[in-house]
Amino acid sequence: MRLRGIVVVAVLLLTGCGGGQDNAPAGGTGSAAPAGAELTGQLTVFAAASLTESFDRIGQEMQARNPQLFITFNYGGSSGLATQINEGAPADVFAAASPATMATVADRGNTASAPVVFARNQLVIAVAKGNPKKITGLSDLTRPELKVALCAKEVPCGAAATTALAGVTLTPVTLEQDVKAALAKVKLGEVDAALVYRTDARASASDVDGVEFPESATAINDYPIAVLKDAPNPAAAESFIAYVRAEGLAVLTDAGFQAP
Amino acid sequence: MPASRRRSRRVPAALLIPALLGLAFLVLPLAGLLIRAPWGTLPERLAEPSVLAALRLSLLTATLATVLCLLLGVPLAWLLARVEFRGRRLVRALVTVPLVLPPVVGGVALLLVFGRRGIVGQWLDSAFGITLPFTTAGVVLAEAFVALPFLVIAVEGALRGADARYEEAAATLGAGRWTTFTHVTLPLVAPGIAAGAVLCWARALGEFGATITFAGNFPGRTQTMPLAVYLALERDVEAAIVLSLILLAVSVTILAALRDRWVGSAS
Repeated sequence: MRLRGIVVVAVLLLTGCGGGQDNAPAGGTGSAAPAGAELTGQLTVFAAASLTESFDRIGQEMQARNPQLFITFNYGGSSGLATQINEGAPADVFAAASPATMATVADRGNTASAPVVFARNQLVIAVAKGNPKKITGLSDLTRPELKVALCAKEVPCGAAATTALAGVTLTPVTLEQDVKAALAKVKLGEVDAALVYRTDARASASDVDGVEFPESATAINDYPIAVLKDAPNPAAAESFIAYVRAEGLAVLTDAGFQAP
Repeated sequence: MPASRRRSRRVPAALLIPALLGLAFLVLPLAGLLIRAPWGTLPERLAEPSVLAALRLSLLTATLATVLCLLLGVPLAWLLARVEFRGRRLVRALVTVPLVLPPVVGGVALLLVFGRRGIVGQWLDSAFGITLPFTTAGVVLAEAFVALPFLVIAVEGALRGADARYEEAAATLGAGRWTTFTHVTLPLVAPGIAAGAVLCWARALGEFGATITFAGNFPGRTQTMPLAVYLALERDVEAAIVLSLILLAVSVTILAALRDRWVGSAS
């Protein structure tokens, strides 16, 4: 039994590696995912937390077309992911929530392709379902009885919030590490409002409402994506990016992202 | 004596090698911090107000959490060590759950109880207008939750090791249970309590998961050193290393100083 298991694993590994090399040129040249050449092996994508729902769907679609390809996502605060990559985390693709974060990776020479913007995102005010505190805009957030969560300014959603809040004096109760954590505090009812991306509010539409505000137009976040220098599976990485920019666009706009 | 000395000289390689590997495994990451530390800019980084605020808050909350743990933990340990009751084993198991529970889970659980919508928190809010999340008190609560088992285990062990005949003698001489506890039991297990308190304090100082989940992250109010380290990593690895070094230095100093003083009699 055990021996058979080892043999199966060994065969999988061998065919996986061999297939990946065979397909490398085919995957690398294709601008969109080539229909004929099947991608194989492991693909590791580091992506901003705000991409979770969209990339999960895109990953499922792509995996359905390439049964030999296994895609693993590592979602988190963009800046933390950038640090992990710069410290040598094995990853093929990095999708960040801001060009500044992508630059911390690119400037160190850790990207293999020039980062391209594939989506844009805008902030909204996430409030409890039904908006019980009647929050209609940024100025409402300064009401003293309200508890507000923001992202820390070190992460992209916090940087965007700082820009959008220019001229508004607001004392949040907490500065969260990523946008999902800020949203979770609204869902739990611990805060009355949080500045999150429109896509995050939409993904949690059953728990929160997203209140649009005009100032968010000054703080639109560009999402760049790039293949990483030490990518173990560069062919699949390039095909993934091509897929995100072509077929994936529908998924992204459906989630509330804007096309670049 | 000569026999044991000879035995200590001839350590079998099968034990020595893994032991040294184990030691290296524990010490190397600490050495890594020292090697990568930006020594040149260290003084100015240490003097940053945000660093000092986080350190001050960490020391304050860890100390308050330890006081809270002493107030609750010593009686709890006494109950477990001295009173026979049904379900004692279950209670003992429950007391140690936070030891193995992921701290983030502890933070979520605390939110569900002491949060604004929580079972207890809802009542605190409506009756007294007190909300614990996002406050320094919330940090103390989160730290106490994960650190309390360390104190209870240490004190219970000390109580079990203490000679119960002193307490019996006090009782036969007419001392009540409370007098016996304060005049005989407490002095008897004082070193055990002190050791437990140090462990408890060190655990509270390093608490991260429950704190960030339950108390949030705000400089000066809920941002303790471990949270500051995590956030610093988002923007500047060197800043994170500096903060880690401080935390490491404080922990090692306190542990070394107090351990030798209180439980060093064995060495």
